[in-house]
Formats: sequence, C-alpha cells, structure tokens
Amino acid sequence: MSFLHRHRNLTPYLLLAPGLLYLGIFFVVPLGFLLHQSLQSGNFDVGYAFTWAWGNYWDAIRGYRGHFIRSFEYAAIATVLALLFSYPLAYWIAFRGGRWKNLLLLFIVAPFFVTYLIRTLAWETILADQGPVVRVLRDIGILGQDGRLLATSFAVVAGITYNFLPFMALPIYVSLEQMDGRLIEAAQDLYASKWKAFVRVTLPLSLPGVVAGTLLTFIPAAGDFINAQLLGSPRNHMIGNVIQSKFLELTDYPAAAAMSFVLMAVILLMVALYARAVGTEKLTG
Amino acid sequence: MTAVPATERMPRERTVSRVWSFVKHHALTAYAILAFTYLMVPIAVVIAFSFNNPAGRFNYTWSGFTFDNWKHWDGVPGLRSAMVLSLEIAFIASLVATALGTLIALALVRYGFRGRGATNLLIFLPLSTPEIVLGASLLTLFLNNHVSKVLQLGFWTILIAHVMFCISFAVVTVKARLIGFDRHLEEAAMDLGANEWVTFQKVTLPLIAPALLASLLLCFAISIDDFVVTYFNNGPKITFPLFVWGAARVGAPPQVNVIGSVIFIVAVSVMVANVLVQMRRAKSAATA
Repeated sequence: MSFLHRHRNLTPYLLLAPGLLYLGIFFVVPLGFLLHQSLQSGNFDVGYAFTWAWGNYWDAIRGYRGHFIRSFEYAAIATVLALLFSYPLAYWIAFRGGRWKNLLLLFIVAPFFVTYLIRTLAWETILADQGPVVRVLRDIGILGQDGRLLATSFAVVAGITYNFLPFMALPIYVSLEQMDGRLIEAAQDLYASKWKAFVRVTLPLSLPGVVAGTLLTFIPAAGDFINAQLLGSPRNHMIGNVIQSKFLELTDYPAAAAMSFVLMAVILLMVALYARAVGTEKLTG
Repeated sequence: MTAVPATERMPRERTVSRVWSFVKHHALTAYAILAFTYLMVPIAVVIAFSFNNPAGRFNYTWSGFTFDNWKHWDGVPGLRSAMVLSLEIAFIASLVATALGTLIALALVRYGFRGRGATNLLIFLPLSTPEIVLGASLLTLFLNNHVSKVLQLGFWTILIAHVMFCISFAVVTVKARLIGFDRHLEEAAMDLGANEWVTFQKVTLPLIAPALLASLLLCFAISIDDFVVTYFNNGPKITFPLFVWGAARVGAPPQVNVIGSVIFIVAVSVMVANVLVQMRRAKSAATA
C-alpha cells in the first residue's frame, strides 16, 4: 500500500506511456506527415517539394466537389436507413428478448464476421442482373425490362447501409438495455399511453445510443470506397475512390493527402455540429 | 412489467389496449424476424456459393452442387499464404493491442490524473477517423525517405497499422468491464501481506481475464477483416481480404467463399459458446 501511495502520481502515467506513445508515433505523427504531404508540389517522377501549396486544397474541393457531395449524401441516407432499421430491432431485443437477449444480439453481429469484401460480393450476387431480385422487380414492372440494380446509387447505398448496421444497432441496444424499466412503468402509471411513454421517456433516454450509432455509421460510410467500387459504376464513385486511386494508382500524393484532410475536416465539423445540436458533449466517454 | 397498471384501468379501455398491444407486440416480433432474415441473406448466399460448381470463371450464378471447393480449399495459388499471413497478423496484433489497451484502461478507470481529457480524446480520435485517412497517413509516414530506409512496406508495416487501429477498441472494451471491478479485493490481498505483483497476478488478473479475452477476440476479428488500412500499407504482402479484392476483379473463386464460411462458423461458435457459458453462470448464480 505504501508503495502505491507514494507513487500514486506517477503510476497512471507509467500505465499510459506505452500505449499513448504508440498512438502518438503511428497515429498523430502520420497525420502530421499527411498534412506536410498535402502542401507539397511536384510529381512522382521528379519528386515532391514542400511549397505551402494551398492550391492542392482548392483543386481538391473544386475538382471533386461532386464526389464529396455524393459521399456525404450516400453516407447520410445510409445512416438514416440504418437507424430506421436498427431501432425497432434493438428495441425488440432489449424489451422482448428476455433471457435470450445475448443470443439474439449475436444474430445482429454474426453476419459481420464474414469478411467485409465477401459480404459485399454476396450483395453483388444478390443484386446481379440475372439474380432473383432484379428478375422479380422486372416481372412486377418496378424495373424496366432492361433495368438493373447493380451500378446504380441504389446498390451502393444499400451496400453501405448493410455493411455498417452493427455500428448503429449495438449502441442503441446498449442504451435501451441499460434503461430503468421503472421509468416507463411510472409514465404508464401516470396514464401516459404506450406511445406517449415511448416518445416522452424511452426515446429521449435512448438518445445517447442513437447519437453514438449515427456517428459510428456515418463516419466510416462517408470514407468508404468498397461499396462504390464493387456495387456501383464510376458515376457512383465517392471521394474514397478518388483518394484511393490517387494514392495507390496515380501516385499523386499531395492531391490525395489534401483530399483526405478535407474529408476528415468535414467529418469532424459535422460531428461537432451534430453533437452540439443533440446536446451530447460527452462523446469521449 | 406493463401488466400491473393495465389491470387497474377501466374494463373497456383494457380490452382495446390489450388488442392494440397484441397487434403491436406481434407486429414488432414479425418485423424482428424479417430483419434477422435480411441480415442473414448475404451470409446464406456466401455459404451456398461455397458449394457451387461454377461453369466458368465467375462464381455468380448457381450451376451445381459440389464438395470440391471444401476438399481443395487451397487449390487456388496464393490463398493459403494469404490466410496464414492474416492469421499471424491478427494473432500478434490482438495480443499487443490488448496489452497496451489494458494498461491505458487501468489508468483511466483507477486513477485521477491530469491530462485525462486529452487521453480520452487520443483514444477517441482513431475511432472517428475514416479508415482511408488512417491508411493514407500511415503510408505517407512509411514512404518518407528516412523511415523507408529502416522499414520497408510489408509484414511489419501491416502489423504496426493493425495494432494502431486495435488499441482504441481494446481500451473501450477493457474499460467497460473494469468499471464494475471491486477494488476492495485487491486491498484485502495487500492487507494480508501480498505485494503488488502477487496481488496483480493472483487477484487482479483472474478478475479482469474475461475483459482481456473479449478484447483479444474483438481485436482479432477486426484485424482479420481489415481491408482498407492494409491495402495502403501492405507493400508486396497479401492478406486474405486483399486476396479477395484481387480475385474479385477477375472473378473470385468459390474457395474464397469456403474461407469466408469457415471464419464465420468459427466466430459464431466462439460467440455462442461464450453466451451459453454466461447464461449458465447467470442461472447457477440465481439458484445458488
């Protein structure tokens, strides 16, 4: 005990040091390198030089405005769809699951243990032109005789929605599950209808879960490029596709770095605005 | 839990509300069944197509049942080595990330110290950064002239990247389980003359073991599934998701579905076993 007491001030820092040092070197420092890269000019063959090339940012925004807007549009729609899908399901498990709760929860998580890419390829199979979904939709006249689902924004948004569902469902479930059931009973004892009790008690209390889920879904969705690549066409490409190809295929590093920063800045800004609007400022837990 | 107030209401109101709640109850259950079906459809497709006998190069249309893909799961060049690399990386990364993450979680839960907010922020930021930015920024680090002299893109850069994005998940997982930890047990051990190390070994470690296991499993799952960050930092090395990506461009062979199914079955078995053990414990705790 005496050892602990004497070194009480130092112990937490010793515990933190290795992990935080690691994150410092391999998360914070690389962001610095990326920032540095984004202000360079030149090309891959002659090499890049740091010139405070702010123009990279203007070029990124001007030249790829459509991709940026599309990314946030797709991510927003997918997030709303995921919320509408997940909330009732999480509610059902939390309040009707009984002793099977954990097993039911597993059904939500299980699909996501199939590798991301394989899952997305499975959607490619399902939505394929010769596939059952397209055939039925053509037969009942929703799609034209040569209408397709693949290579449309529908397919990309559907893929994104599916792929990030657990990020939405799990936080909502946790906030519903932790809820004190007596509060809802109290509302009903006071003659609130079930619906009113839900709107006035359950929903507000589950808001932290909704906020967390929305952020955890929106952020990866906005930066995604796999769904657009596998399920969409170049017309549906998102900013992630551009960053990826500029970095890895065209080796236009400064432009790609500038775009990454714009993406990150917009996301952080939206997160901040959203957190403020909803009033949950304790995101960092 | 809603039955109590309902019995105290007027009879007619009660029947109406009972009919309404019956409808609502079952509407929600019906929805849940549909929702679960939707979640499972792609998985069913993956497993079904692992038994497909594709006519051409593309494993997109059903053309006959066969066990061949399972028997010759590594009949595709490169698949076995990709799988081995993925397992190695996931194994080491989850160990390292859990060790680092546990120390951070211990500090956060047990000690008050200056810089707590900044620490929380540093843990939160990697989780809220798009993967593509994580991958790209690490690549710019590794491509730097000074760094690339010591460290070439390959096994180590993949491992470094995976540990990096796993740490935050490890911290969050372990922290959640540490919060209910009864510190009196440790104090009791030390009052009884155990030193710090013995206390940690004999009391703390067994108590936080479930949290460590949860973190290990989560990190393993995230690592073995990662594509985006690895895609930026792999150099010449190919992990399983990268293999799938490369194969998808020319038509993924059904063996990919075999591996996908195996990973799925293993993960689900581990989780089901875990849930069943928990349920059994809860039951025996309730009867004891």
